[in-house]
Amino acid sequence: MSGESLSVSGQTNTVVADWAADKQAFHVPWGKLMMWIFLISDTFIFSCFLVGYMNVRRTTTDPWPYPSEVFALELFGQNIPLILIAIMTFILITSSGTMALAVRYAHFRDKQKIFWLMVVTAAFGASFVGMQAFEWTKLIGEGVRPWGNPFGAPQFGSIFFMVTGFHGLHVSCGVIYLLAIAFKVKKGDYDKKNDYSIVEITGLYWHFVDLVWVFIFAFFYLW
Amino acid sequence: MENVQTQQAADSHADEDQHPIGIYLKVWILLFVLSTMSYMVDYFDFQGMLRWSLIIIFMFLKAGFIIAVFMHVMWERMALITAILGPPLLLLFLIGFMISEGFWVFNTRVEYMGRPAAAERIHVADVHVEEHGEEAMEEEH
Repeated sequence: MSGESLSVSGQTNTVVADWAADKQAFHVPWGKLMMWIFLISDTFIFSCFLVGYMNVRRTTTDPWPYPSEVFALELFGQNIPLILIAIMTFILITSSGTMALAVRYAHFRDKQKIFWLMVVTAAFGASFVGMQAFEWTKLIGEGVRPWGNPFGAPQFGSIFFMVTGFHGLHVSCGVIYLLAIAFKVKKGDYDKKNDYSIVEITGLYWHFVDLVWVFIFAFFYLW
Repeated sequence: MENVQTQQAADSHADEDQHPIGIYLKVWILLFVLSTMSYMVDYFDFQGMLRWSLIIIFMFLKAGFIIAVFMHVMWERMALITAILGPPLLLLFLIGFMISEGFWVFNTRVEYMGRPAAAERIHVADVHVEEHGEEAMEEEH
């Protein structure tokens, strides 16, 4: 192990220092590293879906439907484009904010605040899934199917159900995950070892779900 | 070794209290603003290059703030940051390949199968006027 490279300060040199010898490379709890590895693999799954979407949209000779019109809602007698999706986006961002605060309070071991912030996060997540169910019901009622729809290219339906369905599954799992950890925090299960890193790990998963939605919102709904 | 140890100490929980609550609230508000702006792109019906560039800019800004602040990546050590952000960069190759492949497949379809008559984009309002979207689908299959 070379002492000289370590005496030089700067972020680049920490990479050399961390990889330079037979020792622990990542100075984070193992659970956090495993969550990151899972999230990277999940990134590839969602990327395959989105790249597949790009490919079918580029190659279909049928006209693509106008997402802004397909996802419009009539509110107060007015047809507002894409409004449900906008509300869902705001809900998910809000839930990310409450989760970030829960992670912050985990550093202070403030069990009451962690518990309630995680429950609120889960509640926002559940309402997101509820709105998605409403959206699916509405579109199915209008004749959108994975194999065709009245608004244009049949690929629209297959991509819509696959991508939002897979994302919705992630949100649903996240809600269960959040509630499970929230109640364990409340019970004081993490006081034994005084290790609250699980809250941050759960937070990583939840922020990732929000992150994926950012890309779905841009590429599928706005494009 | 000294340097490594001090840096390790800086990464431990004791020192992480230093992120003030303000940064989370600021990023939270920023994400709201950026989402509103990207929604406005659609609401005011911007088209063409303006639309695509605004959508992409807002998307990357939002993604960047979520990853950097909410997921704490900006406070991680470089070894972890590169391990997280490096592999997804490979996706750029996949995207590039599929774009060029996509053009090729599209042109081949147009050339050999012809473009369908109804190649103009369909407005939802036109479909709803007929009020039989469901039956039309059933007849088709």
